[in-house]
Amino acid sequence: MTPAATSSFYFPRRHLLTCEGLSAKEINSLLDLADKSAEVNRQINKKRDILRGRTLINLFFEVSTRTQSSFELAGKRLGADVMNMNVSTSSVQKGETLIDTAMTLNAMRPDIIVVRHHAAGAVELLAQKVDCSVINAGDGAHEHPTQALLDALTIRRAKGRVAGLTVAICGDILHSRVARSNIHVLNTLGARVRLVAPSTLLPPAADRLGAEVFTDMWEGLQGCDIVMMLRLQRERMQGAYVPSTREYYHFFGLDHDKLSHAKPDALIMHPGPMNRGVEIASAIADHSRSVIRDQVEMGVAVRMAVLEALARHLPNQ
Amino acid sequence: MSPAARKSGSTADERGTATAFLNARLIDPASGRDEPGGLVVRDGLIADVGPHLRRNAPEGATVVDCQGHVLAPGLIDCQVFTGDPGQEHRETLKTASFAAAAGGVTTIVCMPDTEPVIDQVALVDYVQRRARERAIVNVHIMAAATRGLKGEEMAEIGLLQRAGAIAFSNGKSSIANTRVMRNVLLYAKDFGALVVHHTEDPYLSAGAAMNSGEVATRIGLPGVNKAAETIVVERDVRLVEITGGRYHAATLSCAESLDIVRKAKARKLPVTCGVSINHLTLNENDIGPYRTFFKVRPPLRAEDDRVAMVRGLAAGDIDVIVSSHDPQDADVKRRPFAEAADGAIGLETLLAAALRLYHNDEIKLLPLLRAMTINPAKLLGLPSGRLEKGAPADLVLFDPDVPWVLNREQLRARSKNSPFDESRLQGRALRTVVAGNTVYQYGERPRD
Repeated sequence: MTPAATSSFYFPRRHLLTCEGLSAKEINSLLDLADKSAEVNRQINKKRDILRGRTLINLFFEVSTRTQSSFELAGKRLGADVMNMNVSTSSVQKGETLIDTAMTLNAMRPDIIVVRHHAAGAVELLAQKVDCSVINAGDGAHEHPTQALLDALTIRRAKGRVAGLTVAICGDILHSRVARSNIHVLNTLGARVRLVAPSTLLPPAADRLGAEVFTDMWEGLQGCDIVMMLRLQRERMQGAYVPSTREYYHFFGLDHDKLSHAKPDALIMHPGPMNRGVEIASAIADHSRSVIRDQVEMGVAVRMAVLEALARHLPNQ
Repeated sequence: MSPAARKSGSTADERGTATAFLNARLIDPASGRDEPGGLVVRDGLIADVGPHLRRNAPEGATVVDCQGHVLAPGLIDCQVFTGDPGQEHRETLKTASFAAAAGGVTTIVCMPDTEPVIDQVALVDYVQRRARERAIVNVHIMAAATRGLKGEEMAEIGLLQRAGAIAFSNGKSSIANTRVMRNVLLYAKDFGALVVHHTEDPYLSAGAAMNSGEVATRIGLPGVNKAAETIVVERDVRLVEITGGRYHAATLSCAESLDIVRKAKARKLPVTCGVSINHLTLNENDIGPYRTFFKVRPPLRAEDDRVAMVRGLAAGDIDVIVSSHDPQDADVKRRPFAEAADGAIGLETLLAAALRLYHNDEIKLLPLLRAMTINPAKLLGLPSGRLEKGAPADLVLFDPDVPWVLNREQLRARSKNSPFDESRLQGRALRTVVAGNTVYQYGERPRD
């Protein structure tokens, strides 16, 4: 079950840096592959050898638990040697520049580097300097491609399709890389995307991203198939962007009242980690229509698919 | 809110029975009406109005003969400071409402500069309850736009609005942080909320006691340049341009600021402005021998600026006139000028002082009253401020010509810091009606 064996598989790329510009064919290829990985992950023996002998480095300049462990697990299940590098223990703390770090790592001859960085564009910069494949695991407020792919996979598995669905992405759009990647993927797959947030948490040209913008959540959720909540960081709720957690929850927290405006079978999603009682009511997070835990499961599957896809183009074959 | 509902006056408007105001000169800036006629009040609302009611009252109605005096919508004052809660020795909602009624003002908007600051839903509830129980005119609340009026963190604009706050303001201070101001405008826009701003750069105005210029130079007081105001107004207009938020410059004081607002309006930006009665009728020369009752913010400017403000009002560039009623006790006023508190009371003298402009032929009666009736009503979304069937029966009956001399000891406000003390004035309210009930009648002592 190699990618080559799947005749319709199409992903002619060395890196996965952004979702902008990915074709529907490429995205569907990854999702088809991820579907199979998901099956493997539910078996007792989850180990495969597609990446045997390969080295995968998780280079995280920003703290992350779930994305990093998801990539680590994905790499290991495909047989790669996985090394986690955290900024707190690395030479960046000693003043090394991003490019020097990249060159140093490159000299260790890894095959794939997974990078998360707090600055938009940092991953792309790093990708230009190394010989191996690079996966963007989140760069600033720019993109988080594997999150959008796992969201699309979760939707596709639950609803049987993505095309034609109305998806409301709600919350801190301004600072969200998840939102940006999702807008690209969902639009490419034919969904209708809505953005719901107070104006202070919307980028100025939000309406130019191919999404409909709402500042009233009751209105924004009207008739939606998917309600995708975003995390609001604590330092942004104390008066700078929104007055308080109480007010934010009142007007933009997902509760039963607001959810009742979405379709009766609407799915509830959240990329995590959640602030219960801030952007989402605790009961809603645990709702029967919540697929938040499925998202985590699909995370590993999608990352396996991405690693597998990129492995096709690795050098030293 | 109709606070006077249970406090019936001498022409009690019992449910169902009507009161007819006959033989009046009806002036309604909303419709441009200025003609002899009458008006009928029923159930707290205006039931009928027009020339056909000049002499004929509906059957069974209590009749009030207006004796040809002016019957106009009660005045709406969008900037009133009280000491309630926290500084009740200066002014309470009750005493402020008595002063308002005596001045023909039927609606006051209280500023959030109280102790504690009105920046929380519980305080809005508290002030509303106090007003309901004690005030004899309509009281609305301008809530704080930032927490503690510190200009740093946004207040709960959405929840405060739901609780009844009518607009948002940073009180007596400007929001110095441009980013905070932008976010306040941006956030308030989502709720359609009006942001009212005091426009004075805090760094330029720090330590200043009056307008900078020849007078300040002669009497040796630190002055603040008009630029402290224009810089903030100009900045705010730029922010309105990028946010689309509704913005009202609270009290402008110089020609240059007015210019900025005029241009913003020409570009169809949601910008309006107000002026205090002090800046329309007084100038920096009135300070004379360090009279602290003339120490206000923004400071009184030169005569040229006063004239520019009056012209701006006549041209409709200035939307509203406020009293900027700001009670200060002797304790903080009887001090060397630079150390004295800012502020002047103005509720009771608003109408008479404004009529000065009319008597001096500086402005006609209709545009003058417009800035205190229909304009503030539209700005704040109030149903009052007009003589129209179905509108609240908030009225003032006044004699525009009667001369009198102000004795501040006779004022109803608790603090007596009036710049018009001993002034010769012309015109005064004879009767003030709130929701159909007479809450003030000239010559009658207030019922405590």
